Amino acid sequence: VNVRFCGLELAHPIVNASGTFDALAAARAFGAQLRERFPFAAFVSKTITLRPRAGNPPPRLWETPAGLINSIGLPNRGLDGYIEHDLPALAALLDGLQPWVIEDRRMGDLGVGGAPLHPPPPPRPFVPLITNVMGSTAAEIATLLERCQQRPEIAAVELNVSCPNVNTGLDIGADPAQLEAVVREVRPRLTKPLIVKLTPNTADVAACAQAAQDGGADAVSLINTLRAMALAPADPAGGPRRPWLGGGSGGLSGPAIRAVALAQVQAVARRVSIPIVGMGGVQSGAHARDLLDVGATLVAVGTESFRDPAAGARIAWELAEL
Amino acid sequence: VSDAGGSHDAGRPDDARARQTARHAAGPDDAPGRPAAGEADRVQAPFARRVLPVMANEPLGAYRVLRLADPGAPAPEPGQFAMLAAFEHWGAGEDERPYLPRAFSIARVRRGEAHYLIEDVGPGSRRLCELAPGDSVWSLGPLGRGFAPPRERRRAILAGGGAGVAPLAILQDALLVNAPHDLPARGDPPGGPAWPPGEAPTVLLGFRDAARARGATLLDDAQIATDDGSVGHHGRVTDLLARELERDAHATVYACGPAAMLEAVRALCAARAVPAQLALEAGMACGFGACFGCVVPTRDGYARVCVDGPVLDAAQLERVA
Repeated sequence: VNVRFCGLELAHPIVNASGTFDALAAARAFGAQLRERFPFAAFVSKTITLRPRAGNPPPRLWETPAGLINSIGLPNRGLDGYIEHDLPALAALLDGLQPWVIEDRRMGDLGVGGAPLHPPPPPRPFVPLITNVMGSTAAEIATLLERCQQRPEIAAVELNVSCPNVNTGLDIGADPAQLEAVVREVRPRLTKPLIVKLTPNTADVAACAQAAQDGGADAVSLINTLRAMALAPADPAGGPRRPWLGGGSGGLSGPAIRAVALAQVQAVARRVSIPIVGMGGVQSGAHARDLLDVGATLVAVGTESFRDPAAGARIAWELAEL
Repeated sequence: VSDAGGSHDAGRPDDARARQTARHAAGPDDAPGRPAAGEADRVQAPFARRVLPVMANEPLGAYRVLRLADPGAPAPEPGQFAMLAAFEHWGAGEDERPYLPRAFSIARVRRGEAHYLIEDVGPGSRRLCELAPGDSVWSLGPLGRGFAPPRERRRAILAGGGAGVAPLAILQDALLVNAPHDLPARGDPPGGPAWPPGEAPTVLLGFRDAARARGATLLDDAQIATDDGSVGHHGRVTDLLARELERDAHATVYACGPAAMLEAVRALCAARAVPAQLALEAGMACGFGACFGCVVPTRDGYARVCVDGPVLDAAQLERVA
């Protein structure tokens, strides 16, 4: 069941989508059980930016038919805060972990804790840390990559390119030519694997994946959330309807986008030769299997972890049993 | 996540004597049972959703009291909550919702059953209101940080509004467990730090109307206010609170309810330098700090209601929005 991905040896193909699982907060909520039963084969951090960000004003969430729009706004401590505070804590949490695969999705029937490990624990280190970063210029991204390069706790870097270019206002990742130029410029700063997290909000995602590969990416991951919005209830006093989300618009995730993800992953797999981390609405081993069958090497679980924090382990087990 | 689709929404059996012994054994007066440095700052949840059988789901005025058998769970602290979703038919309802689980304060634990007070305000709570014995519920919890015992021998005043009375019931149980008082606690002893012996708390509860005021029966000896004057004081629960603080301000106020009520409680207490602990509501997707969706502004920036709260010290807040 072990999977090789960009030189990393993983216990199974299920990881988390960036920004959908905060391992440090989960350790506060669940304590030692999180270490005993870590649900992912590699852990992807939320997006780190050069400077700290508070995130968007609430409300930040809106439930849709079979999905969720979020407008979180990438809150984080900034690169210095991440390196000084979060990284040591994350490394301590992930050190020596064995990813856990639960025996049965109906945990309540089994009682908590009786589930055997599957597969047998591999040798340390078991859960590599992938740090996700975002910058609005090539220079910013280069700084982020340099600092990640220096830290041995970080196994690989995922570059979030769903960020507006400060000059053009267009997402860096939405334009193949711009994406290739940025990746090519920053690539020399990192000898570790570089994964480019593509945006689905573009005319031709396969062309963007090709651009990332040509620029020197070791892998691509997709799909990020689809741009979406919701309106607040009408004001009884009249006037124009306002957006519900404090950030105006947000990104749609969950089962509502699963079919879109499958089509985009297939389109990318037909175009590039580098490995793919596929994600979008995965709730079961069968959904993960679909993404693997169209060409993904790993599958990330995102919104499903909100409903079930151990979803990653359950999906890995279901996948192994298919 | 917001169940209204618009606005925010949101033990073990033992005999009393054995409980008393256990509580006293946990530590002496001041901050008994407080975790030492490096230990957990809360009762932690098992890292798995549990499938729990519905034991009862009975109407209580405008609400329902949902009781789930959960004998193996850690005893929750007053103020902690759980994420609930029906085991079957969660989704594909009206507008293809609900999708995410919903957060509910644990109202009480009695004989190994967790009680929740549910008001039908959207597709998630509506589905939970439909459940009957024989059905099952996914439950994740207990989650979040609960209420802390009063300091400086202050008396406890509980101020609740609407469905926000729920966590005050288990809080009253905690306060009564060691109180030299005739009133017996109605629930199992809560988890977390032991609560020091003290007098029985003053309970002030506000509701919109008589049907909702039935929720007050979850607690004992409550003074009631209703917006329409159908039960008790005609006005706001904060009118009752102002009167109580006028009488004796050496108190800690524990409050849960709509944001506007909590803001009024915060302002009242701040003006009189009375410490207050506020249990906040916010639309949530996960309940354990993963989604960053449930933030509220505090003096130190945004706090996540699910992991930093739901109980926050009123002094942390500029205002409750």
